[in-house]
Amino acid sequence: MGGEVTKSRKVWAPWNEADAKPFVRIENVTKKFGSFTAIDNVTLDIYEREFFSLLGPSGCGKTTLLRMLAGFETPTSGRVIIDGEDMSTVPPHKRPVNMMFQSYALFPHMTVEQNIAFGLKQDRMAKDEITERVGKMLKLVRMEKMAKRKPDQLSGGQKQRVALARSLAKKPKILLLDEPLGALDKKLREETQFELVNIQETLGITFVIVTHDQEEAMTVSSRIAVMDHGYVAQIASPGEIYEYPNSRQVAEFIGDVNIIEGQITEIRSDSATIKIKGTDVPVETGRSVNATADEWVWVAIRPEKMIISLDAPKNGSINCIAGKVMDIGYLGKLSVYHVRMEDGQIIIVTQTNRMRETERTITWDDLVHVSWSPDAAVVLLS
Amino acid sequence: MKKFTTFNKLSIILGFSFLYIPIILLVIYSFNESRLVTVWAGFSTKWYGELLQNQGIVGAAVITLKVAFLASTLATILGTMAGFAMARFGHFRGRTLFNGMIYAPLVMPEVITGLSLLLMFVAISFNRGMWTITLAHTTFAMCYVAVVIQSRLTSFDRSIEEAAMDLGCTPLKTFFVITLPIIMPAVVSGWLLSFTLSLDDLVIASFTTGPGATTLPMKIYSMVRLGVTPEINAVSTIMVGLVASGVVVASFLHKRSEARIAKAEVMAGNAP
Ligand SMILES: Nc1ncnc2c1ncn2[C@@H]1O[C@H](COP(=O)(O)OP(=O)(O)OP(=O)(O)O)[C@@H](O)[C@H]1O
Ligand SMILES: [Mg+2]
Repeated sequence: MGGEVTKSRKVWAPWNEADAKPFVRIENVTKKFGSFTAIDNVTLDIYEREFFSLLGPSGCGKTTLLRMLAGFETPTSGRVIIDGEDMSTVPPHKRPVNMMFQSYALFPHMTVEQNIAFGLKQDRMAKDEITERVGKMLKLVRMEKMAKRKPDQLSGGQKQRVALARSLAKKPKILLLDEPLGALDKKLREETQFELVNIQETLGITFVIVTHDQEEAMTVSSRIAVMDHGYVAQIASPGEIYEYPNSRQVAEFIGDVNIIEGQITEIRSDSATIKIKGTDVPVETGRSVNATADEWVWVAIRPEKMIISLDAPKNGSINCIAGKVMDIGYLGKLSVYHVRMEDGQIIIVTQTNRMRETERTITWDDLVHVSWSPDAAVVLLS
Repeated sequence: MKKFTTFNKLSIILGFSFLYIPIILLVIYSFNESRLVTVWAGFSTKWYGELLQNQGIVGAAVITLKVAFLASTLATILGTMAGFAMARFGHFRGRTLFNGMIYAPLVMPEVITGLSLLLMFVAISFNRGMWTITLAHTTFAMCYVAVVIQSRLTSFDRSIEEAAMDLGCTPLKTFFVITLPIIMPAVVSGWLLSFTLSLDDLVIASFTTGPGATTLPMKIYSMVRLGVTPEINAVSTIMVGLVASGVVVASFLHKRSEARIAKAEVMAGNAP
């Protein structure tokens, strides 16, 4: 695998290769608790060495999905396949995966060292080998000085590092992480994110991480599965999810977005034209749309991809709406403008603050034009 | 803290006197020089020395301790298993009933427990003696242990066990190397509780005993019928000491483990 990376500068994206074999395969999995469906017919593939994120609002079934990979829950129907082997009847202690728990779940009656050595002891590894591996792990998470402490003598961040070391010690094929950074403050969290990515790249282990923090998912992942109410709404790389969400729900969940309703007037092979509801403003998109003419759709545009100006732009006949500035938020390097369209909908526009003396600054109640390039608009059918 | 009013003070003094004056009197008179129980004739520990000469009392004490040790150990094993099952087998049909049945023996009149056990031993023609007492004590002490263990397990973070299994530990081994060490204080406190309950018991032991097996409470009871002697006071004082320290240690262990859980939860930042 390592050779491939140096051989070509091609982006590493096995999910786009037709013949790549998935490492983990979740196949039509449904999980019911009584009459409640926690996971609804989910199918997804995870490839070797991926940093795969499960992202979604609270209660959408992320933990449940992870627990099915670890073996603590059995699917009501469907199959979980890891490295070509059907895991349906394999109990947790025999699976080639390790999990880092949301609550860390350190053994309170053992020292840091003993916690990390626990999994190795279960494999009956030789004593000196265990000592060596534990030492390596302690060094990896920078906890050498705390080896003899008990978990209740550690801070939250230190516990989290021990939990990580413990789950990595056995060098599992897959590491499952359930909101591993949930209990950390922002700064420590960001540091640890990079640490995680480093460790993942050094050890070459496949990571599956649960989070409900979209920034975290964007930072660390090779791909993200956005979940909602037990189903997977979209699986794609962070960039793709952000640039080309496949539904309003995904677009709104990841970052800020303006969603404008409109009706398709024309579809061409590489573009489409949409008329914004209640106006005659035509919107042109940079991609064709898989819909029919006259169909109602939604146009999603990210606030930072819009341009706000006092004068109408040169080709102001398309991709341009007029409105009135209702509110301005100054965020230092950015300003956020709330612009009200004629039909009352508020459009949010962010602009980087490049000072230009010649230009009059935009203030409250100004009549402005908001425009964007055809590439910026994404058409959503649902 | 609120200030004590005169009324509160009076209530406390009255209440505690009511509870403890008889026991304090008993303890004081066990150190009485005189053979007459009600006449104070100076301090002496001679009755304690004389106790050791009394074959009947020493024999009864040995049996009592044997019974208490065996019964509490058995009760702890069975009670831990029962408590574990109650805490873990999620929600099944009749769970409430089952739960109630575990508690029932705690409130059952001892006479009835004793009588039913006697009937059972007679029915299966089990030779009555030390072993029948032990079994009887095991039965009722087990309920207490089950309750203690069950309450400890309700605050137990199951993901700790899952973490162990995740790291390759079988479920059975997980119980012995993870769960049991963590709930050990509760187990020990259950054992101590059973031990003192067994030491205390007169009614059930009387029902289920046979020839040759006399426990200390039974011995004291029969001696008292011939008149209270300072020896009885001395034996009783020793028993009070044993039982009190058992209860104190048990509740101390319980407190400490609870404090530790609370602390651990605060430290982990996930206190409810
Ligand atoms: N053992 C269970 N019995 C019944 N319902 C359950 C059980 N475990 C989970 N659920 C339900 O399944 C749904 C998904 O739960 P899950 O823990 O997977 O959510 P989550 O996405 O991890 O949420 P969070 O971000 O809050 O951790 C929830 O509605 C939850 O109430
Ligand atoms: Mg969760």
